[in-house]
Amino acid sequence: MWPMLFGLACCAIEMMAAQAANYDMSRFGMELMRASPRQSDLMIVAGRVSRKMAPIVRQLYDQMPDPKWVIAMGDCASCGGVFNNYAILQGVDEIVPVDVYVAGCPPRPEALIHGVMTLHEKVRGEKITTWA
Amino acid sequence: MNAHLQSVVKFLIDNFQAQDKEYQGQITVIVAPEHLVNALTRLRDEFDFSMLELQTAVDYWPQTSPRFHVVYQVNSFANNTQLRIRVPLDGNAPVIPTIEGVFANANWHEREIWDMFGIRFEGHSDPRRILMPEDWAGHPLRKDYPLGYEEVQFSFNFDEISLRKPKPGK
Repeated sequence: MWPMLFGLACCAIEMMAAQAANYDMSRFGMELMRASPRQSDLMIVAGRVSRKMAPIVRQLYDQMPDPKWVIAMGDCASCGGVFNNYAILQGVDEIVPVDVYVAGCPPRPEALIHGVMTLHEKVRGEKITTWA
Repeated sequence: MNAHLQSVVKFLIDNFQAQDKEYQGQITVIVAPEHLVNALTRLRDEFDFSMLELQTAVDYWPQTSPRFHVVYQVNSFANNTQLRIRVPLDGNAPVIPTIEGVFANANWHEREIWDMFGIRFEGHSDPRRILMPEDWAGHPLRKDYPLGYEEVQFSFNFDEISLRKPKPGK
């Protein structure tokens, strides 16, 4: 499962840490992060999504080919986090359907890897007819 | 204040009917909007204030009557002095001339002030919103703009808020 290289804010640093040598995500099959949405299956929304960025996030999600999954990483992507105001989207699930929410501000790399493992469990239970 | 700044303040008071204030060593001069461009041009040319350090606005509604103050801070490297200039404006759709011709970096500062406060800058070359999306209505940093927060979903109101939440389809 290849994630899309899509970090927005501070959670992106933890996502980079999860991908780097110490908490290696390539052990779990995510050897590389694809910069292009056309070639990725997983969008880890890492960071706060502002109202100006929301149509762009939706456009990138639409450009991903099926099957695709979304992990909302961190508090800001899950529910708006500490930013309860007019400028920040209160949770990225207002615009894209999310499969796994990872809590934390920012979540530790181990928490993100746990979220990825949870997603793998979910995918194992899915049938091909979900996407066909 | 040093001699350079004293001469600058005296110049502004004599020519532009300014009022000056001092607070902890920092000088603020209050100028009317019609004298603004002229004063800043002469400050830049004659007194060597080469840099516009910041340009912001403050909303004092409802406490003080000229509701908005547009604040400029100009900086002189040669003399190592800073001078703050405030322009009081009133009303819901205030207009002030642009200083983009005097200091080029005022372009984005004025776009931000238009976006956040709704203060029009006449003569600005690119009056677009810079922080909010282009089709946003309202000016967020005004004091009468609602906070725009979402009600927090605790366990006692979980179901009511879940019914109201948007549910995107897969």
